[in-house]
Amino acid sequence: MENTNQALGLLFQFYQSLLVVLLAPLLTGWVNQCRAWLQNRSGPGLLQPYRTLRKLFHKDAVMAFNASPLFRATPYILFGCMWLAAAIIPIIAVNLPFSPAADVIALVGVFALARVFIALAAMDIGTAFGTLGARREMLVSFLAEPALLMVLFTASLISHSTQLPRIVEALALQQFVLYPSLAFAGLAFVIVLLAENARIPVDNPGTHLELTMIHEAMILEYSARHLALVEWASSLKLFAYISIGIALFVPYGIADVGNWGALPLAIVALLVKLALAGAALALLETLLAKMRIFRAPEFMGTAFLLAVLGLLIHFLLGA
Amino acid sequence: MIDLQLLALLLTPLLGGLLLAAFGSRSWAAELNSLMSFCTFVAAVVLTMRVIDSGPQVAFNEQFFIDQFNVFLVALTAFVAFTTSLFSRPYMRIEQHHGKLTTPMLHLYYSMYQMFTLAMLVALTSNNMGIIWVAMEAATLTTVLLVSLYRTPASIEAAWKYFILCGVGIALALFGTILLYFAAERVLGEGGTALLWTHLNEVKGSLEPTVLKLAFVFLLVGYGTKIGLVPLHSWLPDAHAEGPTPVSAVLSGLLLNVALCAVMRSKVLVDGSLGTHFAGNLMMGFGLLSVVVAALFLSRQKDIKRMFAYSSIEHMGLITFAFGMGGPVATFAAMLHMTVHSLTKSAIFFAVGHAVQKAGTQQMENIRGMLQISPTVGWGLMLGTLAILGMPPFGVFASEFLIITTAMHDYPWTTPILLISLGIAFAAIFGKVQPIVFGETTARRLPHQPALVPVFVHLLLVLALGLYMPPYLADWYRQAAALLGG
Amino acid sequence: MQMTYSLQFIYLLASMLLLIAFAMLSQRRILSLINLFALQGLVLSLSTFVVAFSTNQQHLYYSAGLTLLLKVLVLPWLLHRLIRKLNVRWDVETLINIPTTMLVGIALVIFAFNLAAPISQLSESITRGLIGIALASVLLSLLMMLTRRKAVPQVVGFLAMENGLFFAATSATHGMPLVVELGIALDVLVATFIFGIFFFQIRETFDSLDISNMEKLKDDNT
Repeated sequence: MENTNQALGLLFQFYQSLLVVLLAPLLTGWVNQCRAWLQNRSGPGLLQPYRTLRKLFHKDAVMAFNASPLFRATPYILFGCMWLAAAIIPIIAVNLPFSPAADVIALVGVFALARVFIALAAMDIGTAFGTLGARREMLVSFLAEPALLMVLFTASLISHSTQLPRIVEALALQQFVLYPSLAFAGLAFVIVLLAENARIPVDNPGTHLELTMIHEAMILEYSARHLALVEWASSLKLFAYISIGIALFVPYGIADVGNWGALPLAIVALLVKLALAGAALALLETLLAKMRIFRAPEFMGTAFLLAVLGLLIHFLLGA
Repeated sequence: MIDLQLLALLLTPLLGGLLLAAFGSRSWAAELNSLMSFCTFVAAVVLTMRVIDSGPQVAFNEQFFIDQFNVFLVALTAFVAFTTSLFSRPYMRIEQHHGKLTTPMLHLYYSMYQMFTLAMLVALTSNNMGIIWVAMEAATLTTVLLVSLYRTPASIEAAWKYFILCGVGIALALFGTILLYFAAERVLGEGGTALLWTHLNEVKGSLEPTVLKLAFVFLLVGYGTKIGLVPLHSWLPDAHAEGPTPVSAVLSGLLLNVALCAVMRSKVLVDGSLGTHFAGNLMMGFGLLSVVVAALFLSRQKDIKRMFAYSSIEHMGLITFAFGMGGPVATFAAMLHMTVHSLTKSAIFFAVGHAVQKAGTQQMENIRGMLQISPTVGWGLMLGTLAILGMPPFGVFASEFLIITTAMHDYPWTTPILLISLGIAFAAIFGKVQPIVFGETTARRLPHQPALVPVFVHLLLVLALGLYMPPYLADWYRQAAALLGG
Repeated sequence: MQMTYSLQFIYLLASMLLLIAFAMLSQRRILSLINLFALQGLVLSLSTFVVAFSTNQQHLYYSAGLTLLLKVLVLPWLLHRLIRKLNVRWDVETLINIPTTMLVGIALVIFAFNLAAPISQLSESITRGLIGIALASVLLSLLMMLTRRKAVPQVVGFLAMENGLFFAATSATHGMPLVVELGIALDVLVATFIFGIFFFQIRETFDSLDISNMEKLKDDNT
């Protein structure tokens, strides 16, 4: 029984990894499609990200003359980091074999690693845009990261563990309790998610305007398969963030280990939650206006403030 | 019986307020105002006799509580309110004649004056800490529009400051009251009795000390804003300088006392709960700071009413300090000082009011030669100043002497601070008042006879208290001091 | 410790109260400020209602109704009318910039929680943490009053402070005696009317509701 459980666990871990890497572009497509609908456009269709990826993989890569090996390696590192992050977050079942690795602080570290590489690669070529993008990215993430950590700490304090599966277990599988501190953390998390994934009030993924772009400025020099990997990594990052959000704030419906019968239901629940989260994200992006880059620190400050408040309220109220 | 007497005390100003709200613009409104204040005074005297005879009493389902301490303040309040109403009749007529006030403004003034008296009397006699708060807030609200009565930019600014600062202060006091209730609820159970002072006083030993400590800090800071204790005093000089003089007199002479009474009520509870000198130390600290800072600010004043407002801060600081020291002598001295300060300070404001009317300005450098123009105003101002500075025959000397000797005995290190501050205050005030009284004149004649009877009545009383303290009065003060845990 | 649903709900409302206090602190427009104030009143009234329901105290229902009437309907309506009449829909100006204010705000919250911590520990009653939250929102409103330059936001700050106090009175201590609550409500109402009178007086005299015009009364230049 123990062995079968372990073997099954491994199998499901493998399936989850495969699932996330395949589903991630679909989520991006879904968000774009929702946004198109909300803006009264017909939209490119759900599968457009896949088509883009296929097109990019079939092209010949062009590389700047003075590109270093770091520049070549970065897309792979980026993709690897994001895949790892998305694969270990407990979204369909807790206690899968890799789950001890899903420590929230380690997760933040993985994201930071990817960010360092993309920023370095952006400056590698030496174009003005790359450097500018890297600088702005660092500005935003330097403010977003503490806020994210605070959000995660609030959840950890409630469950007395920094391991994501433990947190999910504490929240989902025990009796339902309303946590005001988590409500604060949730608001803060949404802001961090918008900032970290180059979403609208902070960055606009749809334009290449030098005054506003952050993420796009960093990847201007990439083409073909490298660009494909970077884009795919972005999708995975969005997927990972939304999964963290689901795991922390609405983990209900996740399957317990050994209870494999609940899995199909868990997958359906996950898909519904992802679809809702994507639609909500699209709605937010439509409602909000892109802010000036110098307002971004204030925006991130709000996230930090909310997260700290959540933490304080947890200390005071124990909830 | 006690119910009836209390009812008479509280209903008279209420009736007065309503009557004056209806007839405040008639020509006899000022007389009506004085009459109602007189009736209030009579009711207060009757109540006082009763309490002195038969000790502390509760009335109206325990909602009101009268003991020797607050009945002394009730009598004082009613008396000064009455003399101030006598003073304000000619004073306001002159102001109206000078075109500074219109009839609707006077209408507002008369009705608010009675309501203000009512609010103070309720705050003094209420047994419910919550109602005390409500009445204190009502006292602020009724006087705010009086401070801005002249509608000059400066007076509106002063009133706004008064309103905002006291609003904030009083809100903190409410938080303190809530904390008090929070502690009391655990002992007395939920419901109406948990805020009644008499009930709280019975169980004060079992109230939670941590909560009471915090509650007292909030209450002291909150009501301290009203008393004019130093870091929170900045509304006081403005409001006194810009409001009409009768309002300055009652603010200085009465409202500050009422706020101090509320603080003392809380102090008794906190002392009982903590068993330490925490509340006393806090009050001594605030009091000492007020004395020092006010003394230093006195010499920089150019506006005469502002200067005497700072003098009020100084004296309230002294009283707070004395109450903080505790013990029978210091508490006795503090209450005596409360009495003589109220009487003297309102007398000074009356004299200053007429002096300002004659000179047409509040700037001290332009007020000169009062003695030539009107000897009564000049002598009133001079004697009042000497009295408030603690010159020997007057009662202020007696109370200050008692306070300082007690301080020398219990807290020797405070004595030099107090003495130096009083010295600075003496030099500052005397140096400025002297040329006003004796200098060359620039003043004009007034269209009405000034009312100086109240000035001299007050000063005579202060003088009498300084020369001879009637035994029953001393006994009364001693009983009150005992009630405050002295 | 397993908490009842009503208590969880009160905690949630308490947190919302604090959040609204912060939102007011960061708000730049007067209209939104007033709407936030109304929202705060609504949260307050809801929490009073929940307390009334869970402790079965009749008089708290009256408090809840009174709050709803006064703080959600009457006062915001009065304020809206006032700013329409005075035509002051301009932006709120702050004395210090908003991020700094927010940081100070966080420090104040920590201070308040620290102050309230001993109280929450000694009380085994279910509402132990709420005093801290109430104190924090009182201090935040105080901060808002201090950092705003215009008269209307100062007044909204004053009223928001009253909200925090009311929350302490109803939720944290299960309601003061009704007489006291009525008295407080009356005082607030009268205060608002006087504020209204003041707005007109200030504008008549200074041609603006900017408090920074009112800096004449100092000790040196009088």
